[in-house]
Amino acid sequence: MALEKITQVGGRGVYVPGDDLDTDRIIPARFMKCITFDGLGEFAFYDARAFAKAEGQTHPLDDARFTGASILLSGSNFGCGSSREHAPQALYRFGIRAIIAESFAEIFFGNSITLGMPCVVMSGEDIRSVAKLIESDPAALLTLDLTEKKLSIADMDFPITIAPHAHEALVTGKWDAIADLLEGIDAVRTRAATLPYMAA
Amino acid sequence: MSQTLLDKVWAAHTVRTLPNGATQLLIGTHLIHEVTSPQAFGMLRDLNLKVLYPSRTFATVDHIVPTDERAEPFSDDLADAMIKALRSNCAENGITFFDLPTGKQGIVHIVGPEQGITQPGTTIACGDSHTSTHGAFGAIAFGIGTSQVRDVLATQTMALHKPKVRRINVNGKLSPGVYAKDVILHIIRKLGVNGGLGYAYEYGGTTFDAFTQEERMTVCNMSIEGGARVGYVNPDETTFEYLKGRPYSPKGADWDAAVARWKATASDPDAKYDDIVTFDAAEISPTVTWGINPGQAIFIHEKVPFPNEVPEKDRSTAEEALAHMLLKSGNPIKGTKVDVAFLGSCTNGRLSDLQEVARYIKGRKVNKGVKAIVVPGSQGVASVAESMGLAEIFREAGFEWRGAGCSMCLGMNPDKLVGEQLCASSSNRNFKGRQGSPTGRTVLMSPLMVAAAALSGEISDAREVFGIK
Ligand code: SF4
Repeated sequence: MALEKITQVGGRGVYVPGDDLDTDRIIPARFMKCITFDGLGEFAFYDARAFAKAEGQTHPLDDARFTGASILLSGSNFGCGSSREHAPQALYRFGIRAIIAESFAEIFFGNSITLGMPCVVMSGEDIRSVAKLIESDPAALLTLDLTEKKLSIADMDFPITIAPHAHEALVTGKWDAIADLLEGIDAVRTRAATLPYMAA
Repeated sequence: MSQTLLDKVWAAHTVRTLPNGATQLLIGTHLIHEVTSPQAFGMLRDLNLKVLYPSRTFATVDHIVPTDERAEPFSDDLADAMIKALRSNCAENGITFFDLPTGKQGIVHIVGPEQGITQPGTTIACGDSHTSTHGAFGAIAFGIGTSQVRDVLATQTMALHKPKVRRINVNGKLSPGVYAKDVILHIIRKLGVNGGLGYAYEYGGTTFDAFTQEERMTVCNMSIEGGARVGYVNPDETTFEYLKGRPYSPKGADWDAAVARWKATASDPDAKYDDIVTFDAAEISPTVTWGINPGQAIFIHEKVPFPNEVPEKDRSTAEEALAHMLLKSGNPIKGTKVDVAFLGSCTNGRLSDLQEVARYIKGRKVNKGVKAIVVPGSQGVASVAESMGLAEIFREAGFEWRGAGCSMCLGMNPDKLVGEQLCASSSNRNFKGRQGSPTGRTVLMSPLMVAAAALSGEISDAREVFGIK
């Protein structure tokens, strides 16, 4: 399965502040009643957005200035909680193509990479600087460059890091493991035959 | 030698190293449920792939099943479509499905152990983050996303990087009224909700040696709440005793061979760990959460913290938590009014949890202002509890006795909080909106503390309510 090599993601940015933004927040469980992922986009951060509206405020994802943004910035431990792939799927279908945070929860990170949605780490200070730049110029274009390991906005560059295996998977177009796994099927059968509980 | 259980199980299940450096790891046992599997079967169909080892996948239905009116079709069309999809996916692919009429349905993490499917030295995956529960048997068990469910269905493997291992010792005897739930809430409080990132947690020490299998499950269940995707306890006589005679446990001569193998998978006495942390059981008191993640926890006699008392990096979350929970810094958590009491979930919906509570509530009554429900973790738990007379004790005390499922742990079925209701809950997550109402409030605690809250109508110290010394 030839997949696109993901070396760069360009687009406008949106900053959703907060640490430990968990998967229940990204997609509340009641919207997981579905047998396909289609249509999940509109439920991304549903309660947080509704809550902001009720308070007379505007959630960044509903802020007209950031409509169409494809790079999401947030705080630390982003995506903690459940294994639901519905969370990265909802963000992806909302239009997000890359996430920048101080750190990521492990299962969310893996799920996102498998969708070809890079999750990269940047310092909190830099994230807040970028957020300010976006705030003052929402039309500014961000370029996430995985080869150069930097995020560029206006004339400024910010260093990013990404786990080496995820980096490799994205830039070589092997972010979805299924093709590699299928190639090993014979070895799988051989290994399984050595395990008594699998033979039973 | 000097290997951990993780090292041994990993080596025994390694198929090969993938071009990107990840391990292609054989997953011996795959558990599926209705929420995270239908999309995976869809992907399989799109790719024209078949299930490679249908006999190594087991299905149940837990998240969306109603716990009161269980006749089909369900009143919720989407829930009904989900159970039907699982049924047809299992039938089409020859997968064992512990469906509602089988009497074996329940929360996936309760059904696996109960059926004897969960075994030491195995690898287990399930599209659910609390799969770490199965680690209580000395299995390496991962919560996975839907694309990985697809990978396991199609190849019985997934691409993984080997985690580091942190040994967590808890030594000594727990005080009366302090439970496994308090132990894990305490560990998460101390090590943080992301302290386990990149680690597997190996739990041990004399407290764990003395724990029953069900207590070990309660702890392993919440590993993911501390950021550790995998948590396990080395298998021992307690484990083997639990597994003996279960439907899928090895029988006869196979049993003896299996026990010998299982013993050999335990970590070596001189195993090398990437990190070691030690706790003293005597220092742990009944613990409750005050915030919106499981690490925001205090002992029942402590006060709700001020944001400036928590580490700087946690301050903004603390402020957000206080605002959501409508709690005031400096006030005792004890005495906070409770609207709902939920006893159940894959953390604490097992027979021993229900037995322990029933022992204390017998002859007492739920406070008038509280809606209290008991949701057994599986049909198996429910039927034993009923035959032991526990259901009757709960009903007489004013609890609703429900059918098995996840229920109010995440509010995907009709059991939900309403508005700003505060729920004393034996489940594992207190995230905003977790129990079905965006403004609902969850306070995590042990089952007996839930019962104490139900009876008194407020967050209470179970030791005082039940005179435990
Ligand atoms: S009981 Fe709760 S945590 Fe456990 S599997 Fe069900 S929803 Fe998940």
